[in-house]
Amino acid sequence: MSLSDVFSAARAESRAALIGYLPAGFPTIEGSKAHFRSMIESGCDLVEVGLPFSDPVMDGPTIQAAAEQALSAGFRVRDLFDVVAAVSDAGGRAVVMTYWNPVLRYGVDAFARDLAAAGGLGIITPDLVPDEADDWMAASEAHGLDRTFLVAPSSTEERIAMTARASSGFLYATAVMGVTGARDVVSSAAPALVARVREHTTLPIGVGLGVRSGAQAAEIAGFADGVIVGSAFVSAAGESDAAVRALAADLAKGVRSAVAPV
Amino acid sequence: MGQFTPTPHDPDARGHFGPWGGRFVPEALIAAVDELAAEYDKARLDPEFVNEFKRLLRDFAGRPSLLTEAPKFAEHAGTRVWLKREDLNHTGSHKINNVLGQALLTKRMGKQRVIAETGAGQHGVATATACALLGLDCVVYMGEVDTERQALNVARMRLLGAEVIPVKSGSRTLKDAINEALRDWVANVDETHYLLGTAAGPHPFPLMVRDFHRIIGIEAREQILEKAGRLPDAVVACVGGGSNAIGIFHGFIDDADVRLVGVEPGGSGLDSGSHGATLTAGTPGSLHGAMSYVMQDDDGQITEAHSISAGLDYPGVGPEHSHLKDIGRAEYFPVTDAEAMEAFALLSRTEGIIPAIESSHALAGALKLGPSLGPDGLLVVNLSGRGDKDMDTAVKYFGLADGGQA
Repeated sequence: MSLSDVFSAARAESRAALIGYLPAGFPTIEGSKAHFRSMIESGCDLVEVGLPFSDPVMDGPTIQAAAEQALSAGFRVRDLFDVVAAVSDAGGRAVVMTYWNPVLRYGVDAFARDLAAAGGLGIITPDLVPDEADDWMAASEAHGLDRTFLVAPSSTEERIAMTARASSGFLYATAVMGVTGARDVVSSAAPALVARVREHTTLPIGVGLGVRSGAQAAEIAGFADGVIVGSAFVSAAGESDAAVRALAADLAKGVRSAVAPV
Repeated sequence: MGQFTPTPHDPDARGHFGPWGGRFVPEALIAAVDELAAEYDKARLDPEFVNEFKRLLRDFAGRPSLLTEAPKFAEHAGTRVWLKREDLNHTGSHKINNVLGQALLTKRMGKQRVIAETGAGQHGVATATACALLGLDCVVYMGEVDTERQALNVARMRLLGAEVIPVKSGSRTLKDAINEALRDWVANVDETHYLLGTAAGPHPFPLMVRDFHRIIGIEAREQILEKAGRLPDAVVACVGGGSNAIGIFHGFIDDADVRLVGVEPGGSGLDSGSHGATLTAGTPGSLHGAMSYVMQDDDGQITEAHSISAGLDYPGVGPEHSHLKDIGRAEYFPVTDAEAMEAFALLSRTEGIIPAIESSHALAGALKLGPSLGPDGLLVVNLSGRGDKDMDTAVKYFGLADGGQA
């Protein structure tokens, strides 16, 4: 199973894929494994396993606090592979979302090797642009991992084209100019960005930043191939596993009730 | 050579100094740093921009700053010492050079809102000053810990019309203030310029900030030749992010016989683990947008820096310093809090100049370096700022309020 299979399977059902994020080790290592199992069982087609980092500049308060909690509870990078393996064992598919410095420190090739061995499918790199990614291009090729780079409303056509060429699996379109965090309305920039990206690539496009409800998921499913939900899952995980399951179920229903874009 | 003349030491088009530098930022910010780089490339060659910058340096900041011999301090160093008096600039430190340049660029780009981070508050005060002068809106992010130890500078910034936002995340110091400024920038990039205060961050900041501070080295070289009749044996500067050091180093970088010496904050000593000596004890990594030496643990988590000087309390360093260290053109070593405070007191007592605690690290470095040069040796020390802002720390450290004597 590769990332493109995840998206083809959803496409075969004429729906968008649901992608859920949680930091590994939040609230604990075992707790995060349990939440990931619940997300998979309740309808996430793919999970993003976040690597808690000390300086998360792309994240809003919810994910910052979760990462801080995981780190102060003693989370280590090697635990990430353990969590990814648990997702694979549960029949789920995982990509890792990580700031680049921990990967650099671990060794780009070694990180790719250990992630692939744990059953991970790729890495989403919020602060690594293709311009700086030579080592990662080589390591991902060597270990058969997909590369998800981000595009933003501010990206030029040239950069979108270049970023799409460097990516595999799927592209991550950031719906708003801003950091992670649940928002009440889907940004109007998102459909426009997805339309621009489609001019340059046939890769599936996931849309994230600010999604928290089934209704928002349905709206995004109307124009994107994947709906990415992060902070809302972190908040749910802060409540209970039942809340995680309920959120995943609501979102899973949403991606199956796509509304046509206005 | 002019302040903005391209040099053989410039980074490549994407900001790489050898393997260092570059752009490790979210895609959402690439358009902004591209715009900034393009605007700076035009501005640095535009006589109108360069002349306006020079005019502000002269008529507002008070440049050129003096080069003052410090003979009584020098007796303790065992060699001749001259001080480059950045402490005499308006707002009390070298920081004004960079903020005036970037504030002019902000106007040029048609942006109205400026955000900045600050540690000790010197950069925040300088930014608030430039924004008041040029009619820009100003928001300064400052770690909550720093707002407490530099309360007077918070008041200064507010008086100048800036909004100061205490940052409560992470270690609540300079690195977290930078994180928060970056988050603000991503969300408001269309109308906002991030006026970064040191020669670090993504390209073009390390190049641009260095160029705005090159005036320090250009003046110092002319002044020492005129006053001492020869080049110094070494130029000494403190290094936190490294902006004052890179500014003075560049005046002498092509003078192969002049040693370039950066003095890092050794805190309680390197063995204690409580320090900010990034170049001496750090390892390669990416932080705040560039590859450079950083202080991190085995997992690549950034560790907290510790220094008695809030302005040096930073676990990263500008990428050009990493490059200069690697190629052996500059050398870096730490001095402890205690050594810096001793130099702080010594300069005050012997020369009637109260230095910033940041700059006191450079002075302590000169005291260490001096004996090996002997009485005929010659040091230029960058006195990057004045110590008024540090009186609270000094009062506590020396017990001055209880009749103590430094």
